[in-house]
Amino acid sequence: MTTPSTAGTTSTTPPAYLIRGASILGFDVQDLLLRDGVIAAVGHAATAEAPADAAIIDAAGLIALPGMVDLHTHLREPGREDAETVETGSRAAALGGFTAVHAMANSSPVADTAGVVEQVYSLGLASGWVEVRPVGAVTVGLGGERLAELGAMAESRAAVRVFSDDGICVSDPVLMRRALEYVKAFDGVIAQHAQEPRLTEGAQMNEGEVSAVLGLTGWPAVAEESIIARDVLLAQHVGSRLHVCHVSTAGSVEIIRWAKARGIDVTAEVTPHHLLLTDELVRSYDPVYKVNPPLRTADDVHALRAALADGTIDVVGTDHAPHPSEHKECEWAQAAMGMTGLETALSVVQYTMVETGLLDWEGFARVTAVAPAAIGRLGHQGRPIAAGEPAHLILVDPAARWTVDPSTMATKGRNSPFRGLELPGRVRATFYGGHPTVLDGRLASPRPASAPTTDEAPAWNM
Amino acid sequence: MTMPASDSGITKRVVLAAADIDRALTRIAHEILEANKGSRNLVLLGIPRRGFPLAQRLAQKIASVDTSVDPDLITGQLDVTMYRDDLRRHPTRSPLATQLPPSGIDDKVVVLVDDVLYSGRTIRAALDALADLGRPRAVRLAVLVDRGHRELPIRADHVGKNLPTSSRERVRVHLAEIDLIGGSAVNEVVIEDRA
Amino acid sequence: MKHLLSTQDLSARNALRLLDVAEEMAAVGEREIKKLPALRGRTVVNLFYEDSTRTRISFEAAAKRLSADVINFAVKGSSVSKGESLKDTAQTLEAMSADAVVIRHPASGAPARLAASGWIDAAVVNAGDGTHEHPTQALLDAFTLRRHRARLGGLPSAGSTLAGLKVLIVGDVLHSRVARSNVWLLTTLGAEVLLAGPPTLLPVGIGSWPCTVFYNLDDALAQRPDAVMMLRLQAERMNAAFFPSTREYSRRWGFDDGRLALLDTMGLDDTVIMHPGPMNRGLEISAAAADSPRSTVLAQVRNGVSVRMAALYLLLSGDPRDDDEPDAHDRTDSPPILIPEGRAS
Repeated sequence: MTTPSTAGTTSTTPPAYLIRGASILGFDVQDLLLRDGVIAAVGHAATAEAPADAAIIDAAGLIALPGMVDLHTHLREPGREDAETVETGSRAAALGGFTAVHAMANSSPVADTAGVVEQVYSLGLASGWVEVRPVGAVTVGLGGERLAELGAMAESRAAVRVFSDDGICVSDPVLMRRALEYVKAFDGVIAQHAQEPRLTEGAQMNEGEVSAVLGLTGWPAVAEESIIARDVLLAQHVGSRLHVCHVSTAGSVEIIRWAKARGIDVTAEVTPHHLLLTDELVRSYDPVYKVNPPLRTADDVHALRAALADGTIDVVGTDHAPHPSEHKECEWAQAAMGMTGLETALSVVQYTMVETGLLDWEGFARVTAVAPAAIGRLGHQGRPIAAGEPAHLILVDPAARWTVDPSTMATKGRNSPFRGLELPGRVRATFYGGHPTVLDGRLASPRPASAPTTDEAPAWNM
Repeated sequence: MTMPASDSGITKRVVLAAADIDRALTRIAHEILEANKGSRNLVLLGIPRRGFPLAQRLAQKIASVDTSVDPDLITGQLDVTMYRDDLRRHPTRSPLATQLPPSGIDDKVVVLVDDVLYSGRTIRAALDALADLGRPRAVRLAVLVDRGHRELPIRADHVGKNLPTSSRERVRVHLAEIDLIGGSAVNEVVIEDRA
Repeated sequence: MKHLLSTQDLSARNALRLLDVAEEMAAVGEREIKKLPALRGRTVVNLFYEDSTRTRISFEAAAKRLSADVINFAVKGSSVSKGESLKDTAQTLEAMSADAVVIRHPASGAPARLAASGWIDAAVVNAGDGTHEHPTQALLDAFTLRRHRARLGGLPSAGSTLAGLKVLIVGDVLHSRVARSNVWLLTTLGAEVLLAGPPTLLPVGIGSWPCTVFYNLDDALAQRPDAVMMLRLQAERMNAAFFPSTREYSRRWGFDDGRLALLDTMGLDDTVIMHPGPMNRGLEISAAAADSPRSTVLAQVRNGVSVRMAALYLLLSGDPRDDDEPDAHDRTDSPPILIPEGRAS
């Protein structure tokens, strides 16, 4: 791949990029011309229409996919800038092949007002590495008592559509019902962190054979499943849209499969780590494996893979949760829950789903871009790779192999559970609105905020 | 009598055969009785592992001279593992039992018995161990073989055989109570040399 | 053996060696001069995040009898809240050249974390971690059982296993580090282990343990155990609805006078009653049972020092570069990382 000579110029108009010989979604090999933020032409037309000064990118052996959309990212800003900032988190996202991330609301202050979501949105625009979509809190301060001003957040400049108290379950059934109903007014969705609080008091890890031996307080699967069962019934009753965050058990899969069969408007998400890791890792007592929901058993992992393959689970969400080292360099019980994931998601999904034959690359695009964009109502993301479409896309080398080294990552978090693991697949280039944020597998430059005008959203960012 | 070993270039030389060992012990037993002017207050403490069967054999010989002696009542075992100065230089050693005769060692004449006297460090450890167990009237040392190369000011009172050796050589004592070679119990002292 | 973290990781060979060395240590305890020079110049730190005077003084006596220097480092709850992390404490001890750290901690896995973290070079001895394990307690229990059986048979206890012995452990297994350590160690040594307790206080996942589980104490006693080990009941468990009342617990799960008499009726003359202490008399064990000739409670305390001497000696005396046979981690569980199968080309 050739580094384009025009990168880094001060021109406000992005140069044109001619991508040669990319396999579109793993199928046909085509040329792509990117210009003015869109895919200007595909195939022979791309070569024919390319201006003389177009940067040429040799994509032989690479697969072109829509830029990945993460429904579940913790960017920690405002409040925990020592753990991550919008800038560092969105750099990690670009390197990982994302062109949009949803920033979870559990910042400090909590993103429960129009002011905070607009702040996060503005930080995203200023960074320019990916589209940053704030998630609004469902309840004030994640307190689980009063609804936050969901309408104000929806109508703010951040145009919030996804609402979640993630990290904490909206456990009060009445409050959950009201939230589901209320967001129908602006086509919002409640993304539920399904965790029955009384059943998980002091819980440290999956409850089962391993917790019995380790003497760590168990986190029963039923604590997740009972909330999902309740919520799909609530969603059916009030005719609302429900999204279930980070599904982690085989039983949850069964409930969601049942709900979908009944026509309930529910979508579900699985994290990369729940597709690969099991609670056996906790035997080391290394808190890098401490996460919410906890790592489960091999049976659960197999059920989650099958569910993602058959569409019961709609999307992969990273639940990227960076923590400062002191929150992990301690006893298991005192450690924070969470793992980084933005820079390993593509590889883990390729490893667990594509290389197993459970998904092809088109299926990969469905669960990492098309479906999450649809749930978040991002009409311009997760689009087909076709002439006239917004140019959010990535070039992936599926044959690459690399060993995970958290110390070299762009995220501030060093808490990757995949440390030392050899994984397949690397993002060679990420185009965000036609601008290369990643080239040759390395960060290039952020998309200039001045692309259309400084304080307006990009034209495709409706 | 030198036999080249069948493998690995180690030569073995038998320096004391069973009859030689028996004669040496008989002599030592007589020396002990003579030095002690009889069997009164005598206690023989063998240092594991091969010092203990040697102490038992000496006690038998003493009892055959002085029939008033019950050999089991004057014999014991003194483990010195925990008193060694080289614990950190070797893989962890498990201590063995220390068993004193019923009369104890206070005001007794204790004869420490070991198979080979070399650097003297084992005997130094034995003297420390003894001090924690009681206060003998006197302590003497009997060894089957003294091979020289002392590193401490220690000397044996009774020696079965003085064997000049090079420090490269190894002196091996085989006693029937412990050592089975090729399925049969063996009594011999061998010098091995890695040529 | 570099650390002593759990009995699950302890091989039968190392466990027997430890018990055999403890026999020699016990002999030292009967001498007038109860001191050995083996660990002269070595420093043992007792790092206690929980108050446990009994365990602390047992380790302290063990270290002092081996001539080690002992530093007692009690971290009160308030210090943790002040924010000194386990890592910082460990590095402080490292700077003080600790050769062994004996750690008692309310968090399961804290000793394993300390041993694996690279924060410290010292040998780590688990003196009880949360609801995980308490390996020296299990070792002293095994030592006590072995001596009991040797005395009955008129044989030396050194070198013998617990094969053929039936041990019943009763009570709050869910929260008991003593129960966990005993389950692994006693079965490793060949004993048969029975567990009895209310279903609420037996962990989910217990089905994979090498034990028979009873929900009724009298059914378990009918199996004619050679030893009955009563676990301490923490009073606060009642508030979390694990059982209706202490009276009901005591009736169903306590070793009361009636059950003591039952042992006589059944002709179980040699069955002993064990308790790790401290006892709740009248709750999990009646005063008559605790004070009966069957009770091994004081022998357990006495044997604790010998077993801890053996552990410290074996961990600290050898050449640290010389790693003897590593302990077997004989796990047949599924691999933690699920390597995808059936790769498409």
